[in-house]
Amino acid sequence: MVEKKKLQVEAIGTGTVIDHIPAGQGVKILSQLQLLGTDLRITVGFNLPSKELGLKDIIKVENRLFNETEASELGLFAPQATINVIENYAVRAKFKMSVPEKLEGVFECPNSNCITHNEPVQSSFAIKERNNDIQLKCRYCEKSFSKDIVAGL
Amino acid sequence: MSNPLYQKHIVSITDLTRDELELIVSTAATLKQVPNPDLLAGKVIASCFFEASTRTRLSFETAVQRLGGTIIGFADGGNTSLAKKGETLADSIQVISSYTDAVVMRHPQEGAARLASEFSSSPIINGGDGSNQHPTQTLLDLFSIYESQGTLDGLKVAFCGDLKYGRTVHSLAQALCHFGAEFTFLAPDELYMPDYLLQDFADAGISFKRAEDFHEVAHEADIIYMTRVQKERFDETEYKHLASRYILTAEHLKEAKPNMRVLHPLPRIDEITVDVDRTPHAYYFEQAENGVYAREALLALLLNENI
Ligand SMILES: [Zn+2]
Repeated sequence: MVEKKKLQVEAIGTGTVIDHIPAGQGVKILSQLQLLGTDLRITVGFNLPSKELGLKDIIKVENRLFNETEASELGLFAPQATINVIENYAVRAKFKMSVPEKLEGVFECPNSNCITHNEPVQSSFAIKERNNDIQLKCRYCEKSFSKDIVAGL
Repeated sequence: MSNPLYQKHIVSITDLTRDELELIVSTAATLKQVPNPDLLAGKVIASCFFEASTRTRLSFETAVQRLGGTIIGFADGGNTSLAKKGETLADSIQVISSYTDAVVMRHPQEGAARLASEFSSSPIINGGDGSNQHPTQTLLDLFSIYESQGTLDGLKVAFCGDLKYGRTVHSLAQALCHFGAEFTFLAPDELYMPDYLLQDFADAGISFKRAEDFHEVAHEADIIYMTRVQKERFDETEYKHLASRYILTAEHLKEAKPNMRVLHPLPRIDEITVDVDRTPHAYYFEQAENGVYAREALLALLLNENI
């Protein structure tokens, strides 16, 4: 297994590997990762063969160890993906992504008349899964948006 | 034991429980019967209208004065030095709330009242934040329904006109979900109740249906809640065609139940003809008057531990 992965996308010494992303969702996670900092060194593989998924995407972020909160923020786009935190070529932590209950300070509210745009507060959304869609509801203006609209995708 | 609303912020109707809604309604009924000019004695209330709204402001200010409180504030925030100097709302509210016992505010942006509640040292009462919430309108609607029907439970309520953009309709329908209501909707396709709310009603176990005309609505409703179909949303010919179908006349009410009452958040333009005013079903002017009692009740409960 390990050998095969190395062939698909080169292994990293220290960093975070987001694996088992359903093909097509990788690009969404990537655009969200770029919000964390433009200087991150990121390696991506799209449409790689996968036993469980048929095709999958994989993303590796070097020299950055994700915590569970960061993982769950990414989980919005691929709740089934797994995150491996790697240190000195060994897996130090492994967690499944999950849809968080709320999301703070990550995205701006899409409502241009929302008070959060000109005041000293972080954006804050409650997250609700409904009919296979993930909806984000702004704590302030109380408007609900589908996740792709909030992420600007 | 203090009442559950003591020192609470009133931002959104969905923050209030069934018990709290009933407490406000019964307190409003009491204050209408037995005025109490001492409940706000010695209290200073801020009335901060960052956007002008003459009706709402006069109703709040009357309520404060009738309970013996005093008011500071402004009627149009655009003209204050706060707006001109570009201070954040968060800073303005921190200062104003430190002077006063409660802050009534109206603001043109959605979420302003929630934000204010996070920076305020005294209770915030939302008098309208953009297109979002206007909870005291819903409280006076509930009080008017209770007063005219003797109960809030199990009523047949018809909402007519603009059900898409009308925040008063949305908030009242959400509040009535606590009371097992049955809804009927009469609106053009373009202005029908949004899906996310229909989903909420279904989740709350509320039954609802769509009607084709006022005759279908009038003979079974306990309450007809009217709103205006706004001209600006349609082109001229489309509007003329549509609007004529959503004008309530006395003729429509011939088959109405004796207890049926027509409500409207006002101002009315032409969606209720004046001949309806002379029927026993018209209740919109009482409803506007009830705004004062509902706001009195809310202020009294926020600022008196026991009442
Ligand atoms: Zn918002």
